[in-house]
Amino acid sequence: MPDPQSPAPRLTPLTPVHRRLGATLTDFAGWLMPLRYTSETAEHNAVRTAAGLFDLSHMGELMITGEDAAEALDYALTGQPSALQPGRARYTMICAPDGGVIDDLIVYRLAATEFLVVANASNAPTVAAELVDRAAGYAATVTDRTDDYALIAIQGPRSAGILARLTDADLGQVRYYASYPATVADCQVLLARTGYTGEDGFEIFTTPQDADRMWQALTEAGTGDGLIPAGLAARDILRLEAGMPLYGNELSRDVTPFDAGLGRVVKLDKPGDFVGRAALAERAQAAPSRVLAGLVGQTRRVPRHGYSVLLDGEPCGTVTSGGPSPTLGHPIAMAYLTPKAAAASSGPDGRLAVDIRGSAEPASLVPLPFYHRPAG
Amino acid sequence: MSVPDELHYTAEHEWLAIRDVTGRIGITDYAQRALGDVVYVSVPAVGTRVTAGEPCGEVESTKSVSDIYSPADGEVIEVNAEVDDDPRSGELRSVRRWLAVRDQARLGR
Repeated sequence: MPDPQSPAPRLTPLTPVHRRLGATLTDFAGWLMPLRYTSETAEHNAVRTAAGLFDLSHMGELMITGEDAAEALDYALTGQPSALQPGRARYTMICAPDGGVIDDLIVYRLAATEFLVVANASNAPTVAAELVDRAAGYAATVTDRTDDYALIAIQGPRSAGILARLTDADLGQVRYYASYPATVADCQVLLARTGYTGEDGFEIFTTPQDADRMWQALTEAGTGDGLIPAGLAARDILRLEAGMPLYGNELSRDVTPFDAGLGRVVKLDKPGDFVGRAALAERAQAAPSRVLAGLVGQTRRVPRHGYSVLLDGEPCGTVTSGGPSPTLGHPIAMAYLTPKAAAASSGPDGRLAVDIRGSAEPASLVPLPFYHRPAG
Repeated sequence: MSVPDELHYTAEHEWLAIRDVTGRIGITDYAQRALGDVVYVSVPAVGTRVTAGEPCGEVESTKSVSDIYSPADGEVIEVNAEVDDDPRSGELRSVRRWLAVRDQARLGR
Protein backbone atom coordinates (compact mmCIF):
# COMPACT_ATOMS: atom_id res chain seq x y z
CA MET A 1 0.00 0.00 0.00
CA PRO A 2 1.38 3.43 -0.82
CA ASP A 3 1.87 5.54 2.24
CA PRO A 4 -0.61 8.45 1.89
CA GLN A 5 1.86 10.61 3.84
CA SER A 6 4.72 10.04 1.43
CA PRO A 7 5.18 12.60 -1.32
CA ALA A 8 4.52 11.65 -4.92
CA PRO A 9 7.59 10.05 -6.44
CA ARG A 10 9.82 12.18 -8.65
CA LEU A 11 9.63 11.69 -12.38
CA THR A 12 12.61 11.34 -14.68
CA PRO A 13 12.87 13.08 -18.06
CA LEU A 14 12.01 9.68 -19.56
CA THR A 15 8.87 8.90 -17.56
CA PRO A 16 6.61 9.72 -20.56
CA VAL A 17 8.65 7.29 -22.68
CA HIS A 18 8.22 4.53 -20.09
CA ARG A 19 4.48 5.14 -19.95
CA ARG A 20 4.28 5.04 -23.73
CA LEU A 21 6.13 1.71 -23.70
CA GLY A 22 3.63 0.32 -21.21
CA ALA A 23 6.17 -0.17 -18.44
CA THR A 24 5.15 -1.26 -14.96
CA LEU A 25 6.30 1.72 -12.90
CA THR A 26 7.25 1.56 -9.26
CA ASP A 27 8.35 3.95 -6.54
CA PHE A 28 12.05 3.28 -6.06
CA ALA A 29 13.99 5.48 -3.65
CA GLY A 30 11.46 8.25 -4.15
CA TRP A 31 11.50 8.06 -7.94
CA LEU A 32 8.91 6.59 -10.28
CA MET A 33 10.98 4.05 -12.20
CA PRO A 34 10.28 1.27 -14.71
CA LEU A 35 10.27 -2.08 -12.93
CA ARG A 36 9.77 -4.01 -16.17
CA TYR A 37 8.49 -3.34 -19.65
CA THR A 38 7.35 -6.83 -20.60
CA SER A 39 9.25 -9.68 -18.93
CA GLU A 40 12.25 -9.14 -16.67
CA THR A 41 13.63 -12.50 -17.79
CA ALA A 42 13.53 -11.44 -21.45
CA GLU A 43 15.09 -8.10 -20.48
CA HIS A 44 17.82 -9.89 -18.53
CA ASN A 45 18.51 -12.22 -21.45
CA ALA A 46 18.73 -9.30 -23.87
CA VAL A 47 21.46 -7.72 -21.74
CA ARG A 48 23.41 -11.00 -21.53
CA THR A 49 23.18 -11.77 -25.24
CA ALA A 50 22.51 -8.49 -27.08
CA ALA A 51 21.79 -5.18 -25.36
CA GLY A 52 19.44 -3.53 -22.91
CA LEU A 53 18.55 0.12 -22.45
CA PHE A 54 18.13 1.51 -18.92
CA ASP A 55 16.92 4.81 -17.53
CA LEU A 56 19.16 5.55 -14.54
CA SER A 57 18.17 9.18 -14.17
CA HIS A 58 17.33 8.58 -10.51
CA MET A 59 21.03 8.26 -9.69
CA GLY A 60 22.54 11.27 -7.90
CA GLU A 61 25.10 13.40 -9.75
CA LEU A 62 27.28 15.48 -7.46
CA MET A 63 29.90 17.80 -8.90
CA ILE A 64 33.02 18.71 -6.92
CA THR A 65 35.05 21.52 -8.41
CA GLY A 66 37.86 23.77 -7.31
CA GLU A 67 41.58 23.93 -6.76
CA ASP A 68 41.42 21.49 -3.82
CA ALA A 69 38.69 19.23 -5.22
CA ALA A 70 41.02 16.23 -5.46
CA GLU A 71 42.35 16.65 -1.91
CA ALA A 72 38.84 17.19 -0.55
CA LEU A 73 37.70 13.92 -2.11
CA ASP A 74 40.79 12.06 -0.85
CA TYR A 75 39.70 13.16 2.64
CA ALA A 76 35.99 12.46 2.10
CA LEU A 77 36.15 9.05 0.38
CA THR A 78 37.95 5.75 0.98
CA GLY A 79 39.67 5.87 -2.40
CA GLN A 80 42.24 8.24 -3.83
CA PRO A 81 40.58 10.34 -6.53
CA SER A 82 43.68 12.57 -6.69
CA ALA A 83 45.52 9.63 -8.29
CA LEU A 84 42.99 9.37 -11.13
CA GLN A 85 43.94 10.71 -14.52
CA PRO A 86 41.37 13.05 -16.07
CA GLY A 87 39.00 10.86 -18.06
CA ARG A 88 39.27 7.95 -15.66
CA ALA A 89 36.74 6.68 -13.13
CA ARG A 90 36.86 4.48 -10.04
CA TYR A 91 34.43 2.56 -7.87
CA THR A 92 34.74 3.86 -4.30
CA MET A 93 32.86 4.38 -1.05
CA ILE A 94 32.06 7.07 1.46
CA CYS A 95 32.26 5.83 5.05
CA ALA A 96 31.26 7.15 8.46
CA PRO A 97 33.99 7.76 11.08
CA ASP A 98 33.26 4.26 12.47
CA GLY A 99 33.92 2.71 9.05
CA GLY A 100 30.26 2.00 8.23
CA VAL A 101 29.37 2.45 4.58
CA ILE A 102 27.30 5.56 3.83
CA ASP A 103 27.17 4.79 0.12
CA ASP A 104 29.06 3.17 -2.71
CA LEU A 105 29.95 5.55 -5.51
CA ILE A 106 31.59 5.97 -8.84
CA VAL A 107 33.90 8.96 -9.00
CA TYR A 108 34.79 10.34 -12.44
CA ARG A 109 37.68 12.74 -12.83
CA LEU A 110 36.46 15.01 -15.62
CA ALA A 111 39.37 17.47 -15.42
CA ALA A 112 42.17 18.37 -13.03
CA THR A 113 39.84 20.29 -10.75
CA GLU A 114 36.47 18.77 -11.67
CA PHE A 115 35.01 15.51 -10.38
CA LEU A 116 31.62 13.88 -10.84
CA VAL A 117 30.46 11.62 -8.02
CA VAL A 118 27.54 9.32 -8.84
CA ALA A 119 25.59 8.20 -5.77
CA ASN A 120 22.66 5.87 -5.25
CA ALA A 121 19.32 7.65 -5.47
CA SER A 122 18.33 6.78 -1.92
CA ASN A 123 21.59 8.15 -0.51
CA ALA A 124 22.26 11.11 -2.78
CA PRO A 125 21.03 13.82 -0.36
CA THR A 126 23.04 12.27 2.50
CA VAL A 127 26.16 11.96 0.36
CA ALA A 128 25.77 15.55 -0.85
CA ALA A 129 25.50 16.82 2.73
CA GLU A 130 28.51 14.75 3.84
CA LEU A 131 30.60 16.00 0.95
CA VAL A 132 29.71 19.61 1.75
CA ASP A 133 30.73 19.04 5.40
CA ARG A 134 33.93 17.21 4.51
CA ALA A 135 34.95 19.73 1.85
CA ALA A 136 34.72 22.62 4.33
CA GLY A 137 38.20 24.11 4.68
CA TYR A 138 39.18 23.04 1.17
CA ALA A 139 39.00 25.25 -1.90
CA ALA A 140 36.27 23.04 -3.32
CA THR A 141 32.59 23.46 -4.10
CA VAL A 142 30.02 20.65 -3.98
CA THR A 143 26.94 21.02 -6.17
CA ASP A 144 24.04 18.59 -6.47
CA ARG A 145 23.49 18.41 -10.24
CA THR A 146 21.04 15.48 -10.23
CA ASP A 147 18.31 17.55 -11.89
CA ASP A 148 20.68 18.65 -14.66
CA TYR A 149 21.34 15.13 -15.92
CA ALA A 150 19.46 12.32 -17.51
CA LEU A 151 21.44 9.08 -17.32
CA ILE A 152 20.87 6.36 -19.89
CA ALA A 153 22.79 3.08 -19.86
CA ILE A 154 23.23 0.72 -22.77
CA GLN A 155 24.53 -2.62 -21.52
CA GLY A 156 25.33 -5.89 -23.21
CA PRO A 157 27.79 -7.42 -25.67
CA ARG A 158 26.35 -5.52 -28.65
CA SER A 159 26.41 -2.11 -26.91
CA ALA A 160 29.61 -0.86 -28.54
CA GLY A 161 28.45 -1.88 -32.01
CA ILE A 162 25.11 -0.13 -31.57
CA LEU A 163 26.64 2.99 -30.07
CA ALA A 164 29.22 3.20 -32.87
CA ARG A 165 26.37 3.97 -35.29
CA LEU A 166 25.54 7.12 -33.35
CA THR A 167 28.93 8.62 -32.64
CA ASP A 168 32.25 9.46 -34.22
CA ALA A 169 33.97 8.74 -30.92
CA ASP A 170 36.53 5.93 -31.15
CA LEU A 171 34.91 3.49 -28.74
CA GLY A 172 37.92 1.20 -28.94
CA GLN A 173 39.80 3.92 -27.06
CA VAL A 174 37.19 4.16 -24.29
CA ARG A 175 38.51 1.66 -21.77
CA TYR A 176 36.48 0.16 -18.95
CA TYR A 177 36.00 2.81 -16.28
CA ALA A 178 36.96 5.61 -18.62
CA SER A 179 34.82 8.58 -19.56
CA TYR A 180 35.06 11.49 -21.88
CA PRO A 181 32.93 14.13 -23.57
CA ALA A 182 31.46 12.87 -26.82
CA THR A 183 28.76 13.57 -29.35
CA VAL A 184 26.16 10.82 -29.49
CA ALA A 185 23.10 11.18 -31.73
CA ASP A 186 24.06 14.82 -32.25
CA CYS A 187 23.87 15.46 -28.49
CA GLN A 188 26.80 16.55 -26.32
CA VAL A 189 27.19 13.93 -23.61
CA LEU A 190 29.59 12.49 -21.08
CA LEU A 191 30.19 8.95 -22.27
CA ALA A 192 31.43 6.43 -19.70
CA ARG A 193 32.24 2.76 -20.07
CA THR A 194 30.71 1.72 -16.77
CA GLY A 195 27.77 -0.35 -15.65
CA TYR A 196 26.10 -2.55 -13.09
CA THR A 197 25.20 -5.63 -15.07
CA GLY A 198 28.41 -7.65 -15.46
CA GLU A 199 28.44 -6.91 -19.19
CA ASP A 200 30.30 -4.47 -21.36
CA GLY A 201 28.36 -1.28 -21.73
CA PHE A 202 28.16 2.45 -21.53
CA GLU A 203 26.52 5.05 -19.37
CA ILE A 204 25.52 8.24 -21.14
CA PHE A 205 25.10 11.41 -19.11
CA THR A 206 22.95 13.75 -21.14
CA THR A 207 20.61 16.64 -20.47
CA PRO A 208 16.95 16.23 -19.53
CA GLN A 209 16.09 18.04 -22.77
CA ASP A 210 18.00 15.55 -24.92
CA ALA A 211 16.97 12.42 -23.02
CA ASP A 212 13.98 11.50 -25.16
CA ARG A 213 15.94 11.98 -28.39
CA MET A 214 18.89 9.94 -27.06
CA TRP A 215 16.57 7.09 -25.97
CA GLN A 216 14.85 7.02 -29.37
CA ALA A 217 18.14 7.12 -31.25
CA LEU A 218 19.58 4.22 -29.23
CA THR A 219 16.36 2.26 -29.66
CA GLU A 220 16.36 2.75 -33.42
CA ALA A 221 20.06 1.96 -33.72
CA GLY A 222 19.78 -1.18 -31.58
CA THR A 223 16.43 -2.79 -32.25
CA GLY A 224 17.79 -4.82 -35.18
CA ASP A 225 20.50 -6.15 -32.86
CA GLY A 226 18.00 -7.24 -30.22
CA LEU A 227 18.21 -4.19 -27.95
CA ILE A 228 15.16 -3.77 -25.73
CA PRO A 229 14.42 -1.46 -22.80
CA ALA A 230 15.11 -3.07 -19.43
CA GLY A 231 13.78 -2.21 -15.99
CA LEU A 232 14.93 -2.36 -12.40
CA ALA A 233 13.85 -5.97 -11.93
CA ALA A 234 16.23 -7.14 -14.67
CA ARG A 235 18.95 -4.82 -13.39
CA ASP A 236 18.73 -6.32 -9.91
CA ILE A 237 19.16 -9.92 -11.05
CA LEU A 238 21.92 -8.90 -13.48
CA ARG A 239 23.93 -7.25 -10.73
CA LEU A 240 23.29 -10.17 -8.36
CA GLU A 241 24.62 -12.65 -10.92
CA ALA A 242 27.65 -10.39 -11.33
CA GLY A 243 28.18 -10.41 -7.55
CA MET A 244 27.82 -6.65 -7.29
CA PRO A 245 26.60 -5.24 -3.98
CA LEU A 246 23.39 -3.25 -3.63
CA TYR A 247 23.21 -0.55 -1.01
CA GLY A 248 20.57 -1.50 1.56
CA ASN A 249 21.23 -5.21 0.97
CA GLU A 250 24.95 -6.02 1.06
CA LEU A 251 26.03 -2.51 2.09
CA SER A 252 24.80 -0.37 4.96
CA ARG A 253 25.98 1.78 7.87
CA ASP A 254 26.38 -1.46 9.83
CA VAL A 255 29.00 -2.99 7.56
CA THR A 256 32.47 -1.88 6.52
CA PRO A 257 33.87 -2.32 3.01
CA PHE A 258 35.97 -5.19 4.40
CA ASP A 259 32.87 -7.10 5.54
CA ALA A 260 31.55 -6.89 1.98
CA GLY A 261 34.78 -8.28 0.57
CA LEU A 262 35.55 -4.85 -0.90
CA GLY A 263 38.53 -3.85 1.25
CA ARG A 264 40.34 -3.03 -1.97
CA VAL A 265 38.39 0.24 -2.19
CA VAL A 266 39.97 1.42 1.08
CA LYS A 267 43.31 3.07 0.28
CA LEU A 268 44.99 2.99 3.68
CA ASP A 269 48.32 3.86 2.05
CA LYS A 270 47.16 7.15 0.57
CA PRO A 271 48.72 10.30 2.04
CA GLY A 272 46.80 12.32 4.60
CA ASP A 273 43.88 11.50 6.82
CA PHE A 274 40.42 10.50 5.61
CA VAL A 275 37.10 10.00 7.30
CA GLY A 276 36.98 6.53 8.80
CA ARG A 277 40.72 5.84 8.49
CA ALA A 278 41.36 4.76 12.09
CA ALA A 279 38.36 2.45 12.25
CA LEU A 280 39.05 0.97 8.83
CA ALA A 281 42.77 0.45 9.58
CA GLU A 282 41.76 -1.49 12.68
CA ARG A 283 39.16 -3.46 10.76
CA ALA A 284 41.72 -4.31 8.06
CA GLN A 285 43.89 -6.03 10.67
CA ALA A 286 41.13 -7.75 12.66
CA ALA A 287 39.79 -11.21 12.03
CA PRO A 288 36.49 -10.80 10.17
CA SER A 289 33.32 -11.33 12.17
CA ARG A 290 31.37 -12.09 9.01
CA VAL A 291 32.04 -12.86 5.39
CA LEU A 292 29.95 -12.07 2.33
CA ALA A 293 29.49 -15.36 0.51
CA GLY A 294 27.74 -16.72 -2.55
CA LEU A 295 25.12 -19.45 -2.13
CA VAL A 296 23.45 -21.66 -4.68
CA GLY A 297 20.12 -23.19 -3.75
CA GLN A 298 19.80 -26.94 -4.29
CA THR A 299 16.02 -26.79 -4.66
CA ARG A 300 13.77 -24.54 -6.66
CA ARG A 301 12.67 -22.52 -3.65
CA VAL A 302 14.38 -19.16 -3.66
CA PRO A 303 16.37 -17.62 -0.79
CA ARG A 304 15.28 -14.01 -0.30
CA HIS A 305 16.64 -10.94 1.51
CA GLY A 306 16.50 -11.45 5.27
CA TYR A 307 16.20 -15.24 5.36
CA SER A 308 18.42 -17.11 7.85
CA VAL A 309 21.26 -19.32 6.71
CA LEU A 310 21.81 -22.50 8.75
CA LEU A 311 24.98 -24.51 9.41
CA ASP A 312 24.13 -27.97 10.71
CA GLY A 313 20.68 -26.58 11.52
CA GLU A 314 21.93 -23.61 13.54
CA PRO A 315 21.71 -19.99 12.35
CA CYS A 316 25.03 -18.85 10.86
CA GLY A 317 24.09 -15.84 8.78
CA THR A 318 21.54 -13.91 6.79
CA VAL A 319 20.72 -13.67 3.09
CA THR A 320 21.23 -10.14 1.76
CA SER A 321 20.00 -10.68 -1.82
CA GLY A 322 18.55 -13.69 -3.56
CA GLY A 323 16.70 -14.61 -6.68
CA PRO A 324 16.30 -17.16 -9.41
CA SER A 325 19.21 -16.84 -11.83
CA PRO A 326 18.08 -16.97 -15.46
CA THR A 327 21.67 -17.53 -16.59
CA LEU A 328 22.38 -20.43 -14.23
CA GLY A 329 18.88 -21.83 -14.02
CA HIS A 330 18.76 -22.14 -10.25
CA PRO A 331 18.40 -19.86 -7.21
CA ILE A 332 21.40 -17.79 -6.17
CA ALA A 333 21.97 -15.60 -3.13
CA MET A 334 24.53 -13.49 -1.36
CA ALA A 335 24.66 -13.81 2.42
CA TYR A 336 26.69 -12.64 5.38
CA LEU A 337 27.98 -15.76 7.12
CA THR A 338 30.12 -16.45 10.16
CA PRO A 339 33.71 -17.22 9.10
CA LYS A 340 33.15 -20.76 10.32
CA ALA A 341 30.17 -21.23 8.03
CA ALA A 342 31.92 -19.58 5.11
CA ALA A 343 34.77 -22.06 5.48
CA ALA A 344 32.54 -25.00 6.26
CA SER A 345 32.01 -26.35 2.84
CA SER A 346 32.68 -25.59 -0.75
CA GLY A 347 30.29 -28.12 -2.19
CA PRO A 348 26.90 -29.69 -1.66
CA ASP A 349 27.85 -31.61 1.45
CA GLY A 350 24.58 -30.96 3.17
CA ARG A 351 25.76 -28.81 6.05
CA LEU A 352 24.46 -25.47 4.79
CA ALA A 353 20.82 -24.62 4.25
CA VAL A 354 18.59 -21.58 3.98
CA ASP A 355 15.52 -21.32 6.18
CA ILE A 356 12.88 -20.68 3.55
CA ARG A 357 9.71 -19.92 5.45
CA GLY A 358 10.27 -22.66 8.00
CA SER A 359 11.81 -25.30 5.80
CA ALA A 360 15.60 -25.86 5.61
CA GLU A 361 16.44 -25.93 1.92
CA PRO A 362 19.97 -27.21 1.15
CA ALA A 363 22.41 -24.70 -0.30
CA SER A 364 26.06 -24.78 -1.23
CA LEU A 365 28.80 -22.17 -1.18
CA VAL A 366 30.19 -20.89 -4.45
CA PRO A 367 32.79 -18.22 -5.15
CA LEU A 368 31.51 -14.79 -6.18
CA PRO A 369 30.60 -13.68 -8.76
CA PHE A 370 28.08 -16.20 -9.98
CA TYR A 371 28.55 -15.00 -13.54
CA HIS A 372 31.62 -13.92 -15.53
CA ARG A 373 31.05 -12.50 -18.95
CA PRO A 374 32.77 -14.47 -21.68
CA ALA A 375 36.22 -13.20 -22.56
CA GLY A 376 36.57 -11.15 -25.75
CA MET B 1 -24.42 -29.53 -23.31
CA SER B 2 -21.97 -27.06 -21.89
CA VAL B 3 -22.51 -25.98 -18.30
CA PRO B 4 -20.57 -22.82 -17.53
CA ASP B 5 -18.51 -22.84 -14.37
CA GLU B 6 -19.55 -20.55 -11.56
CA LEU B 7 -16.62 -18.18 -11.04
CA HIS B 8 -15.50 -16.53 -7.83
CA TYR B 9 -12.59 -14.29 -7.01
CA THR B 10 -10.79 -13.66 -3.74
CA ALA B 11 -9.22 -10.48 -2.41
CA GLU B 12 -5.86 -12.21 -2.83
CA HIS B 13 -6.43 -12.66 -6.56
CA GLU B 14 -7.21 -16.36 -6.68
CA TRP B 15 -10.09 -17.56 -8.74
CA LEU B 16 -12.38 -20.49 -8.06
CA ALA B 17 -14.41 -22.15 -10.79
CA ILE B 18 -17.11 -24.35 -9.37
CA ARG B 19 -18.90 -27.12 -11.17
CA ASP B 20 -21.12 -29.34 -9.05
CA VAL B 21 -19.01 -30.28 -6.03
CA THR B 22 -15.60 -29.77 -7.58
CA GLY B 23 -13.74 -26.59 -8.16
CA ARG B 24 -10.61 -25.50 -9.94
CA ILE B 25 -8.49 -22.77 -8.49
CA GLY B 26 -5.94 -20.53 -10.09
CA ILE B 27 -4.41 -17.12 -9.80
CA THR B 28 -5.79 -14.24 -11.77
CA ASP B 29 -4.13 -12.69 -14.80
CA TYR B 30 -3.87 -9.50 -12.79
CA ALA B 31 -1.90 -11.25 -10.05
CA GLN B 32 0.36 -12.95 -12.57
CA ARG B 33 1.18 -9.65 -14.20
CA ALA B 34 1.81 -8.04 -10.81
CA LEU B 35 4.13 -10.86 -9.76
CA GLY B 36 6.34 -10.58 -12.81
CA ASP B 37 7.93 -13.68 -14.28
CA VAL B 38 6.83 -16.77 -12.36
CA VAL B 39 9.65 -19.28 -12.00
CA TYR B 40 8.15 -21.90 -9.73
CA VAL B 41 4.72 -22.83 -8.45
CA SER B 42 4.28 -25.08 -5.44
CA VAL B 43 0.90 -26.76 -5.17
CA PRO B 44 -0.43 -29.13 -2.52
CA ALA B 45 -0.27 -32.88 -3.14
CA VAL B 46 -3.38 -34.82 -4.04
CA GLY B 47 -5.21 -35.73 -0.86
CA THR B 48 -4.19 -32.58 1.02
CA ARG B 49 -7.00 -30.95 2.97
CA VAL B 50 -7.18 -27.23 2.38
CA THR B 51 -8.99 -24.56 4.35
CA ALA B 52 -10.61 -21.40 3.05
CA GLY B 53 -8.40 -18.39 3.63
CA GLU B 54 -5.34 -20.47 4.53
CA PRO B 55 -2.21 -20.76 2.38
CA CYS B 56 -2.17 -23.91 0.27
CA GLY B 57 0.76 -23.23 -2.02
CA GLU B 58 3.17 -20.59 -3.19
CA VAL B 59 4.25 -18.78 -6.31
CA GLU B 60 7.91 -17.86 -6.74
CA SER B 61 8.56 -15.06 -9.16
CA THR B 62 11.75 -13.28 -10.05
CA LYS B 63 11.23 -10.67 -7.38
CA SER B 64 9.09 -12.23 -4.71
CA VAL B 65 7.24 -15.18 -3.30
CA SER B 66 3.50 -15.15 -2.64
CA ASP B 67 1.18 -17.51 -0.87
CA ILE B 68 -1.73 -19.01 -2.71
CA TYR B 69 -4.76 -18.88 -0.43
CA SER B 70 -7.36 -21.54 -0.79
CA PRO B 71 -10.67 -19.94 -1.73
CA ALA B 72 -12.66 -22.77 -0.13
CA ASP B 73 -12.49 -25.78 2.14
CA GLY B 74 -11.78 -29.01 0.36
CA GLU B 75 -9.54 -31.86 -0.55
CA VAL B 76 -7.17 -31.77 -3.49
CA ILE B 77 -8.17 -34.41 -6.03
CA GLU B 78 -5.99 -33.40 -8.95
CA VAL B 79 -3.02 -31.16 -9.64
CA ASN B 80 -2.21 -29.65 -12.98
CA ALA B 81 1.10 -31.26 -13.87
CA GLU B 82 1.72 -28.60 -16.51
CA VAL B 83 2.34 -26.09 -13.76
CA ASP B 84 5.58 -27.87 -12.97
CA ASP B 85 6.69 -28.01 -16.57
CA ASP B 86 5.65 -24.54 -17.57
CA PRO B 87 4.95 -22.34 -14.59
CA ARG B 88 4.28 -19.43 -16.88
CA SER B 89 1.06 -21.11 -17.91
CA GLY B 90 0.18 -19.72 -14.48
CA GLU B 91 -2.96 -21.73 -14.19
CA LEU B 92 -2.94 -24.09 -11.28
CA ARG B 93 -5.96 -26.12 -12.20
CA SER B 94 -5.92 -27.93 -8.92
CA VAL B 95 -9.19 -29.74 -9.29
CA ARG B 96 -10.74 -30.32 -5.94
CA ARG B 97 -13.82 -31.84 -4.41
CA TRP B 98 -14.92 -28.94 -2.31
CA LEU B 99 -16.46 -30.05 0.93
CA ALA B 100 -18.10 -26.73 1.59
CA VAL B 101 -18.37 -25.50 -1.89
CA ARG B 102 -21.98 -24.46 -1.58
CA ASP B 103 -21.23 -22.34 1.46
CA GLN B 104 -20.89 -19.05 -0.38
CA ALA B 105 -20.10 -17.16 2.81
CA ARG B 106 -16.79 -18.96 2.95
CA LEU B 107 -15.73 -17.94 -0.50
CA GLY B 108 -13.94 -14.83 -1.52
CA ARG B 109 -12.14 -14.21 1.71
